[in-house]
Amino acid sequence: MQDVVLAMLAKEPAYGYELRSRMRGALGPLGEAMNAGQIYVTLTRLAKAGLVTSERAEGLPDRPDRRVYALTSAGQQRVAAWLAEVSWPKPDLSEFHLKLVAAAAARLADPVALVDAQRREVLRRLRDAQRAALERSTDPVVGLLLEGVVLRLRADLEWLEACERMWTDRDPTGRMAKA
Amino acid sequence: MSGSALLRARGVTRWYGRGSALVRAVDEVDLDVPAGQTLAIMGPSGCGKSTLLHLLGGLQRPTDGEIWLADHRIDVMSERALARLRRDHVGFVFQSFHLMDELTAVENVELAALLAGQPPRRARRRALDLLDRVELADRATHLPSAMSGGQRQRVAIARALSNEPRVVLADEPTGNLDSAATLEVLRLFEELRLAGQTLVVVTHDARIAAVADRVISMRDGSFADDSRFAGIADGAGTVYGGWR
Repeated sequence: MQDVVLAMLAKEPAYGYELRSRMRGALGPLGEAMNAGQIYVTLTRLAKAGLVTSERAEGLPDRPDRRVYALTSAGQQRVAAWLAEVSWPKPDLSEFHLKLVAAAAARLADPVALVDAQRREVLRRLRDAQRAALERSTDPVVGLLLEGVVLRLRADLEWLEACERMWTDRDPTGRMAKA
Repeated sequence: MSGSALLRARGVTRWYGRGSALVRAVDEVDLDVPAGQTLAIMGPSGCGKSTLLHLLGGLQRPTDGEIWLADHRIDVMSERALARLRRDHVGFVFQSFHLMDELTAVENVELAALLAGQPPRRARRRALDLLDRVELADRATHLPSAMSGGQRQRVAIARALSNEPRVVLADEPTGNLDSAATLEVLRLFEELRLAGQTLVVVTHDARIAAVADRVISMRDGSFADDSRFAGIADGAGTVYGGWR
């Protein structure tokens, strides 16, 4: 979050509200879930860390959305380092995997039923993302983001299919069922 | 006797092979598809979804069970009556388009109407309207070989709509298409859904869910899960956990 906010300031200084609408615009429908408060909290932290400065605009009330924020040189360096970074955020599958293992071992729930419920949820998200991508009014750049989201969710669905096959063929303790 | 369902299956089973090589492709499936529903049947290859679609459309007959289509019981129908019923009430869309290579787009689309006995002029007018609807009016005189995969599939969808079918059955309609062409076909299906066209799609492509009121997961010949989506426009902001 901090890096993203810094990078959005790299082009030029901006009011808090401008920054927020820039990010919303770039995210399209994904930006609707964005909480304005988060951005201002992040800006305050970045200011404390010396990565941004802010000025009160003349004649306007002193509120975070009405202040003008700019990168410091330390902030610029941090943006450059972030751009060069190759970390790749990934959904953590190990938690769900452990949920299945634990549910099966303690006979708390049928792993296949857990997989089914999870698949419905992933399918619902995939459906929402694909529907947003279908809108002709969707900006092509935002469409690219949605395509990425859809591709990941399709991969998740494939993995859930594999989970289902595995747990269907096993007894609830995780051992292979006798043929 | 099909009640309110346009398509109805009871205990439908289809076996292939014999003896020890017997395979139960579809295993005692019950299904009701009300008019106007967009249903996606998903599952891995070999789960029986294509066989089920062929049974529902009267392209194959079940080993056991009963199937009604638009108030007609089709599993016991004569071959000739079944052919007429398919022609009048069912539109098929296939993965590999199944267009006639030597006919132009408009000739492909009007063929079904001509075979149904419509006057040529009316069939042509309807075919041109349909090509316009799938945004291919400017390709009417092109041969399939001069069109992209996505365009060919849109011609095939126009053809499927030619006789104003009660139901459109599609078998992996996006299977041979790239991402952009898939989007075109999905948009078209969405228009059909909004127009109240009953549509059953079997696919392993989860993107079809974007235009479905209901998604059934199929495994080993039977239904493993049946999800219905209440609101179609439920908060796009929640996709993939929103933003981070």
